[in-house]
Amino acid sequence: MAQQTTVQEPTAEQIAEQRIYRRFGVTDSEYELICGFLGRKPNYTEIGVFSVMWSEHCAYKNSKPLLRRFPTTGPRVLMGPGEGAGIVDIGDGQAVAFKIESHNHPSAVEPYQGAATGVGGIIRDIFSMGARPVALLNSLRFGRLENDRVRYLFENVVAGIAGYGNCVGIPTVGGEVMFDASYEGNPLVNAMCVGLIDHDRIQRGVAKGVGNPVFYVGPATGRDGIHGATFASEDLTAESEAKRSAVQVGDPFMEKLVMEATLELIESGIVLGIQDMGAAGLTCSSAEMASKAGNGMELYLDEVPQREEGMTPYEMMLSESQERMLFVTEPQHEAQAKAIFERWGLQCVKVGKVTDDGRLRLFHRGEQVADMPVRALVDDCPVYHKPSRVPDYYVKNASVDTNRYAPVEDLNAALRKVLDSPSLASKEWVYSQYDYQVRTSTAVVPGSDAAVVTIRGTRKALAMTTDCNGRYVYLDPEVGGRIAVAEAARNIVCSGGEPLAITDNLNFGSPEKPESFWQLEKAVDGMAEACRALGTPVVGGNVSLYNENERGAIYPTPVVGMVGLVADLDHITTQSFKQEGDVVFLLGETKAEIGGSEFQYAVHGVTEGRPPAIDLAAEKKLLDAVLGAIRQGLVASAHDLSEGGLAAALAESCFERGLGVSADFATPLRPDLALFSESQSRILLSAPPERADALAAWLKARGIPLQRLGTVGGDRLVVKVNGRPAIDASVSELCHIWKEAIPCRMR
Amino acid sequence: MKFAVLVFPGSNCDIDMRKAVEDTVRQPVDYVRHTATDLSEYDAILIPGGFSYGDYLRCGAIARFAPVMGAVRQAAAEGKFILGVCNGFQILTEAGLLPGALIRNKTLKFRCHPVDLRVENNRTPFTSDYAAGEVIRIPIAHGEGNYYCDDALLARLKANGQIVFRYAGGNPNGSVDDIAGVCSESGNVVGMMPHPERAVSELLGSADGARMFTSVLGAWAVRTGARAAGSGAGGR
Repeated sequence: MAQQTTVQEPTAEQIAEQRIYRRFGVTDSEYELICGFLGRKPNYTEIGVFSVMWSEHCAYKNSKPLLRRFPTTGPRVLMGPGEGAGIVDIGDGQAVAFKIESHNHPSAVEPYQGAATGVGGIIRDIFSMGARPVALLNSLRFGRLENDRVRYLFENVVAGIAGYGNCVGIPTVGGEVMFDASYEGNPLVNAMCVGLIDHDRIQRGVAKGVGNPVFYVGPATGRDGIHGATFASEDLTAESEAKRSAVQVGDPFMEKLVMEATLELIESGIVLGIQDMGAAGLTCSSAEMASKAGNGMELYLDEVPQREEGMTPYEMMLSESQERMLFVTEPQHEAQAKAIFERWGLQCVKVGKVTDDGRLRLFHRGEQVADMPVRALVDDCPVYHKPSRVPDYYVKNASVDTNRYAPVEDLNAALRKVLDSPSLASKEWVYSQYDYQVRTSTAVVPGSDAAVVTIRGTRKALAMTTDCNGRYVYLDPEVGGRIAVAEAARNIVCSGGEPLAITDNLNFGSPEKPESFWQLEKAVDGMAEACRALGTPVVGGNVSLYNENERGAIYPTPVVGMVGLVADLDHITTQSFKQEGDVVFLLGETKAEIGGSEFQYAVHGVTEGRPPAIDLAAEKKLLDAVLGAIRQGLVASAHDLSEGGLAAALAESCFERGLGVSADFATPLRPDLALFSESQSRILLSAPPERADALAAWLKARGIPLQRLGTVGGDRLVVKVNGRPAIDASVSELCHIWKEAIPCRMR
Repeated sequence: MKFAVLVFPGSNCDIDMRKAVEDTVRQPVDYVRHTATDLSEYDAILIPGGFSYGDYLRCGAIARFAPVMGAVRQAAAEGKFILGVCNGFQILTEAGLLPGALIRNKTLKFRCHPVDLRVENNRTPFTSDYAAGEVIRIPIAHGEGNYYCDDALLARLKANGQIVFRYAGGNPNGSVDDIAGVCSESGNVVGMMPHPERAVSELLGSADGARMFTSVLGAWAVRTGARAAGSGAGGR
């Protein structure tokens, strides 16, 4: 879509009379407030700036009251929400910086660039704190692969993430991909970045020191991405395709240069404040930096490097051209800063000055073209307490009995169906397109419970994962919210790590709908409760609302990104069985809970009822006990039970080395329910025979429900239930099904 | 023995290459920027993987014009040890220091996973610590690793023994004759798509790549008649 080069901009009066502001997502009452803050009507540039600063994406005006319910502090938290990324202490003067962010709406209309720039944006958030990015993860949702457009979106989102991340040289080490009809038309693309930093290098996005120069770094500004923030704050419709110009275009090579130069600049110690230009570009970065310092800022727009002719102040302020940074330093350091960027072939241009009048003033062609109070832009955006209503489906689901389905007798067939389900199947088709080994620090590559990245010069490592089961959250948002956090913690622990903190990406429908808002509210409550119970505060995150179209909203999907600390390389554990003769244990209690399960979806074709219950106290006990066992050297493999229940977990543990297992599960439940139930707080452990008794004793002493299932060996998955045959299949045959599920559908 | 790891704008695996040298042979290693014009103090020059100049135009097409390449050319002529890995291999072919070309993977997708490689030529300075025909496990990570040469060139490479590595357990990118790495006629310049610097530790999945570094240390020791100190070169 071509952008006009010369625009006859509407006057302040025209904007008021014709209510042009509505096109920018500003309501009538918000417009009145803006007039109040300015003491006059805003001009086109000013209403443009306000509209993006007051968008849901930038201001969180519908979600702020809920976000306050998260626990955000803890003994290890060095930086909580509010900056580019959260920062958590990991000892020895080191810290980990991490955050997750979404690029859902852009990816729905331009999947390659939408996903690529999502990755670019989150990388900048990390290095703008002064942290060296060391890993990327992502969490993706698509409709069903039978749909052509879904395959197109899936293929190009993955290609975009790969194309960007690989070129910047940061390994994409983990993530998740799930497919469900509810995401058709509204794919979710959440990108997470993890970085390492020394305590004394931590930077903040503050415009400090009145009179100090403000610098722009990176490629020239163009017309791409204008109103990207606004676009992200509204539902997708048939007209959305026309908003493709609101999708930014990324250049990962440029990002690599900017990253190296920025880290070098920060290392030099001369930076007073730095922030990346992400959503709402120059507008957001300048306003927020000024706000956080309690200062004002002047910007001289003629100095802004432009790659198109005749750009207006409006266009320059709203452009979301990528790979740009804004920083403040003292005047005497200007030459040093410029020299660093010149070495990397980048331009570094003075574009403004920090002032003390609390206003954001813009100058263009010798005139002041905008003048707005910073407080009004950043802090005084109205906050809405939306109404919340329990949806009918939730009430109806209370009386749905998920145990009423006819018993499934052919459990081999059921397992094959579950393993063939794209949500559960091998994601190798995806992650083999990602360079997951660059920086040679990836000790656990994609495919296990969590990724593990080593920290050179120490014996420590970081475990990291993204998790959320949207079906659970849909069926019961509060329980689903608790489970999202708990599952992430389980994955971290199974990899040998101690959960530290989380970042969250709340992907929900429109907050204007009371039922959707209820989902958001309840999910936040559940997550907050689990964060407190498991000791993992929320140190940052992102909110993406309005993920819906004419056909409806997505399943509420609050993605949890969790980082844990592996205290010693010897603790690193993976999910696959290691050798013949190892003893296999099931920890935790299994109940008949197939609501929202993969089995219910793949075999019975529905998603209904209530999700599995979760007892957070029991979960905490389990996690502490398992981590302790791993640290004692008692564990050969660990795998948490999630989608597909015990049957899938056993199968998955066989695949990597092709080792079979003979198991006998004692249970009062019917076999199909027993093997496919997705009861929470369960983990599969294996131990070498000489350690098995010690492991069992360790767990029993800590009150963990425990059952010795059987032994690793042979090349078949043989599972009995109460001594009677239930599953008997060749591991290689099952593995083939599991590996081919996605490639098959993508041909 | 002094190693240089070249760094172009967009190189990514420079860190990995440096760590590999430090961890395997513990010899001095410097990063050398693309603007340097003098490599005379270095015994081995390692050109790492990544996306130099963003892979603009063609992979390695712009890097070959970087100032440092003049010094690389001279070093090659002097018989110094030069290894180009992945993007480094692409740069060497673009610069004409190695025969053939690297084009897009046949599957059109980036591929990252371990592969089995057969050491076809263990007489190069970088492969002398391997047995001829030995199969080793080394990871790949590339989108343009499909080695191409025409029939005449292939015949010459075979006749001269310039094929250093072939893919053994399946060709991941469609390369001609399953070629994964080649050397110059003189033998001192080697290029390969797989990443040996990513296979120097069991913790990371394989240590089969370590012997490429011990080999070249050994080659240097023979050449200079010097004793390499604290190198761990006892793997021969």
